[in-house]
Amino acid sequence: MATAKRKQLDRRWLFLLLFVGVALPLIFVIGFPIETTENVRMVYNLVENTPPNSKVILSFDYDPGSKPELHPMAKAMMQHCFDRDIKVIVTALWPMGVQMAEEIFSDIQSKNPDVKYGIDYVNLGFKSGGIVTIQSMGKQFREVFPEDMNGTSIDEFPIMDGIKNFDNLSFVCSFSAGDPGIKQWVQVTHDKFNRPVTGGVTGVSAPSILPYVNAQQQLTGLLAGLKAAAEYELLSKVPGTATSGMDAQSIAHLIIIIFIVIGNINFRRDKKAEKRGE
Amino acid sequence: MKRKIPLIITFVVGVVLIFAEFIPHKPFGLISGELEKWYLIIAGFAIILGQLNLFKVNLFKIRYKQQNWQYFILTLVSFSVMVLCGIFWGTQNNPGVFGNGAAIATAMGDKPFDYLFLNVYQHLSATMFSLLAFFIASAAYRAFIARTTESNLLLAAAILVMLGNTSMGSILTGWLPESLKFLHLPRISEFIMKYPNTAGQRAIMIGAGLGIIGSSLRIILGIERSYLGGK
Repeated sequence: MATAKRKQLDRRWLFLLLFVGVALPLIFVIGFPIETTENVRMVYNLVENTPPNSKVILSFDYDPGSKPELHPMAKAMMQHCFDRDIKVIVTALWPMGVQMAEEIFSDIQSKNPDVKYGIDYVNLGFKSGGIVTIQSMGKQFREVFPEDMNGTSIDEFPIMDGIKNFDNLSFVCSFSAGDPGIKQWVQVTHDKFNRPVTGGVTGVSAPSILPYVNAQQQLTGLLAGLKAAAEYELLSKVPGTATSGMDAQSIAHLIIIIFIVIGNINFRRDKKAEKRGE
Repeated sequence: MKRKIPLIITFVVGVVLIFAEFIPHKPFGLISGELEKWYLIIAGFAIILGQLNLFKVNLFKIRYKQQNWQYFILTLVSFSVMVLCGIFWGTQNNPGVFGNGAAIATAMGDKPFDYLFLNVYQHLSATMFSLLAFFIASAAYRAFIARTTESNLLLAAAILVMLGNTSMGSILTGWLPESLKFLHLPRISEFIMKYPNTAGQRAIMIGAGLGIIGSSLRIILGIERSYLGGK
């Protein structure tokens, strides 16, 4: 009986501790150090080395469920593009991605009114079809997206001048929470049309996307989870929600590790007790 | 005949698209381009089909008072409210059947659809995702037990990656001299993710890729017919 009791720690204590551990650092920012990693530097350098007035696609392939992780990196990347005078064309393979991009653009535009819709930025909206949509964009961009999200012809936007296929773009970046997403962009845009692809994913899906960061540069770097977003903010010197969120995430991970250790100590003790025949 | 025609269409389309992949010239390039357009149109209709199916499945559950049938009413009501708000007053810059609903938008601060999206859907969705953290913590405490050599390895890798992926890793081993920097936790974490993880993932991807080729061939050749329905 004693053994069973020791094993079954009421998990509500764990939940409470985790809640406090996450909430407090969000209220009282600690400012833990953040180190940059190679994959994030590759993404940052891709934007840095893209000439001004180039055009890029930022694809918002996520919904509010993944917003806490993907939104900060998308915001940091879009801000970085505008700082470098890079023109941003937004597409979405997920229906809610359209609103995610609009939220970021309105936020950036409220601080920097020089950024103009149709000249520096355009939102082409959502298109269903996943990998086939990307494939068609590579051949006949204007047929897939003849209008922006408000139904205005793309011919009216200076940013869309000369865009016929992926050859007219410097790179594609997908912020992806699953399928369709970054994997499909790599398989078509890089592998078939030979254009650089980069992007950001949630921490939990990073292991399955990392193999694409290889010598062939199927992916030029990868932003994986909130930590990568914080690293990007650090590199672009614009601290945002990812930097403050890292404190909370660090504490949460520490609490989980402590509980794993406690679980293992309990297991060893129970095993010893069993051997002694208690 | 009812089964033969779909099988012939599948075979012809499948073979043409395979050829088009290797010979992207006339006539294969043109045909595949046309088929892609068809796919995009069908994919658009699939959304409507999905919505109708949602209604059908939920109505069925409510009608026969299946377990927790009350929740399905909530699903249908929520769905209908969002759809009707979008149809009546539109979204963001797009007007609806009744225009932009300026009076309602002034009172609510946003159009009804946008108000619900920003203030209800977004938060509910983020909450559902955030709850994962609690379940992961609980599951890790119960399941990450070092019972065997394999579980020892998994446990050690998990702890190293977890520490390396947070600021804790930098704090704990940041003081190491340059000669011992290979023991720096973020570096160990990066190493695990870059080599053992990537090797394992590639093996899975290659296996899955071969599986997809196999099942695609079975469909194209008409061996696998379950997509046609029936037995």
